[in-house]
Amino acid sequence: MKSIGIVSPQVMHFEAPLPLQSGASIADYCLVYETYGELNADRSNAVLVCHALNASHHVAGRYEDSEKSLGWWDNMVGPGKPLDTDRFFVIGVNNLGSCFGSTGPMHVNPGTGKPYGAAFPVVTVEDWVHAQARLADALGITQFAAIMGGSLGGMQAMAWSMLYPQRLRHCVAIASTAKLSAQNIAFNDVARQAILADPEFHGGNYYAHGVVPRHGLAVARMIGHITYLSDDDMAEKFGRMLRNGDYQFGFGVDFEIESYLRYQGDKFSEYFDANTYLLITKALDYFDPARAFGGDLTLALANTEAHFLLVSFTTDWRFAPERSREIVQALVRNRRAVTYAEIDAPHGHDAFLLEDVRYQNVVRAYYDNIWKEITA
Amino acid sequence: MNFQTNHMLRADLAFIASWVGEGSHILDLGCGDGAMLEYLENKGCSGYGVEIDDSNVAACVQRGVSVIQQDLETGLANFPNSAFDTVLCLSALQMMKNVEGILRDIARVGREAIVSFPNFAYWTHRLALLRGRMPVSRSLPYEWFDTPNVRCATIWDFEELANLVGLEVLDRVALDEAGQPVTWWPNLRGSLAVFRFRQKTPAA
Repeated sequence: MKSIGIVSPQVMHFEAPLPLQSGASIADYCLVYETYGELNADRSNAVLVCHALNASHHVAGRYEDSEKSLGWWDNMVGPGKPLDTDRFFVIGVNNLGSCFGSTGPMHVNPGTGKPYGAAFPVVTVEDWVHAQARLADALGITQFAAIMGGSLGGMQAMAWSMLYPQRLRHCVAIASTAKLSAQNIAFNDVARQAILADPEFHGGNYYAHGVVPRHGLAVARMIGHITYLSDDDMAEKFGRMLRNGDYQFGFGVDFEIESYLRYQGDKFSEYFDANTYLLITKALDYFDPARAFGGDLTLALANTEAHFLLVSFTTDWRFAPERSREIVQALVRNRRAVTYAEIDAPHGHDAFLLEDVRYQNVVRAYYDNIWKEITA
Repeated sequence: MNFQTNHMLRADLAFIASWVGEGSHILDLGCGDGAMLEYLENKGCSGYGVEIDDSNVAACVQRGVSVIQQDLETGLANFPNSAFDTVLCLSALQMMKNVEGILRDIARVGREAIVSFPNFAYWTHRLALLRGRMPVSRSLPYEWFDTPNVRCATIWDFEELANLVGLEVLDRVALDEAGQPVTWWPNLRGSLAVFRFRQKTPAA
C-alpha cells in the first residue's frame, strides 16, 4: 500500500516554563513534530498520534535523504490506511526528554550552558500531555477528532481523556495499560540498572566525557525486546537454532536468539540516548491515574467525555489483555462509549506495530465512523 | 448459515425491540453484527454489545455501536450488579456450554432480561424427528455435524430451568417463522421462544 511519501519535521519553540508533576519546571524548550494531511476549515479532523518508548514524531512517510527512514506506524497512517491522511490531519510529536529532536538530556540547559545530562527533570506521561496541549494550542486545534497511541502512547491518549476531557472526541489506546504491574516495573529497573552500572555512564554526564554507555544501553534494549515478543514467536523464529552448527563451549554467541538480541541491542545503542531510556522508563513506571483516586480507576475516568477504542493482543504479556479489560470495565461503570477488540495475534506486545487484517479492520472501521461524524 | 442475515430474525428482532423501553441502558450478549443495538440506539437506548467473533466485532464498529470482544463462557464478572435496564441474549443461549451460569449472570447484571432461542418442539422439528432425521429449519439452519448449537430446548424446558435458576418470568412468547407471535399451541407452532424475566430476589 502507498505511503504518505516524503515528509519533513518541524520545530516549535516554547519560551514559557512548563510546570512538571515533580515540582520542577522546564523553560525554553522545543518540540519536534510532523503533520500529514490537511487541517479542514473548521479544524475538526485533527488526530494526534502519541509515540511509545523508542519511537518519535516520525509516524509515517520517509525523509528525502533516506530510503530506510520509514515512519514507525506507516502501516497504520497514510493515504488509504486505517488512519487515512486523505481525511485526517495527523500530528506526530516527539516528547520532552526524548532523543529525536525535542528538548532532551543531550541538549544544552540554558541555565548552565552545559548539556542537561542527569539534571534533565524527570517527566511524566501527564507532563508530556500538557506539553502536547501547548503544541495543539499553537497549531490552533482546540479539539482533536481522536488521540491515539500504542503502549506508552496509549497511556498518553488516556491521560488526555482525563486531563483535557473536552479536547478529544475519541481516545484510541492500543496494547496499553492504566498502570504498570510489579513485573513491568521490575523489567524496567533491570534495564535502568544495566545503564547505571555501565562505567561509561558517568552519572549521566557522559556527553562531557565524549563516551556513550553503549553496553548498558544494549543490555537494556535486550531486556525490553524480550518482553515485546511472545514465547511462541521467539520459539518459532529462533528455537534452539545454533549460530555455528555446534556448541562453542564458551561465553560467546552460541544460539541464534543471542545473536539476534545482541544485534538489536548494539543497533539500538548507536542511535538511542541512555538518559532518555532512563527518563522514559520512569514515565512508564509512574503512570497510574487511579493513584490520586485511592486506586479507583472508575473514579479516575469519571470526568472523561471521549468515546474509547481499546485493542489488545492475546499473546502480549507485557501489557496483557487483562490490563485493557480493566480499563474497559472502568469505562463501562462510567457508562462511557467504549469498544474493545481482543486480537488473537502471535506476536506479543509488538503486534500493535505489525500488520494484521483483523486489527486494522477494527481501527479502520472506527476511523470511518469518526469521519462520518465529521462530515455529517 | 448466518443467523443475522436470516430474514425471519429481522422480524423477530423488531418484535423483541418493542419490549425494550425507550432510553434503556442495554447489554446485548452475542450481539452479532450489532443490528439490534443500532436499531435500539435509534430508539434512544445506550449500551454495549458483547461478541466473540472478529468479523462481527468489526461489523459492530463499522455501525458505530459499542462492542466488547469477550467470550460469554467466561461469564459477566466484569459487569456490576443491575448495571443495565435490559440484558438481551438473542439466539445465542443455545450455543453456550454453561447456560445456567450465564442465566444467573444475566439476571444479576440486568434489572430485566430478554432471551430467545430456537424452540426444538416446533412442529417441523418434531416431524423431522418422527421421520428419523435431525431437524433443519429456518430457526435451526444447520446440519447436525456443523451446528454451533450445543443445547436443544423447548419452551416448556426453559420454564423449568428459569424456575431452578430463580428467575421470575414476566413475559413469554413464541414467534412463528414470520416473526409473529403464536397464540395457540405455542410450543408446537412457535419456532422461536422469547422470554422476558428478572431475578426473583433482587441482588444484595
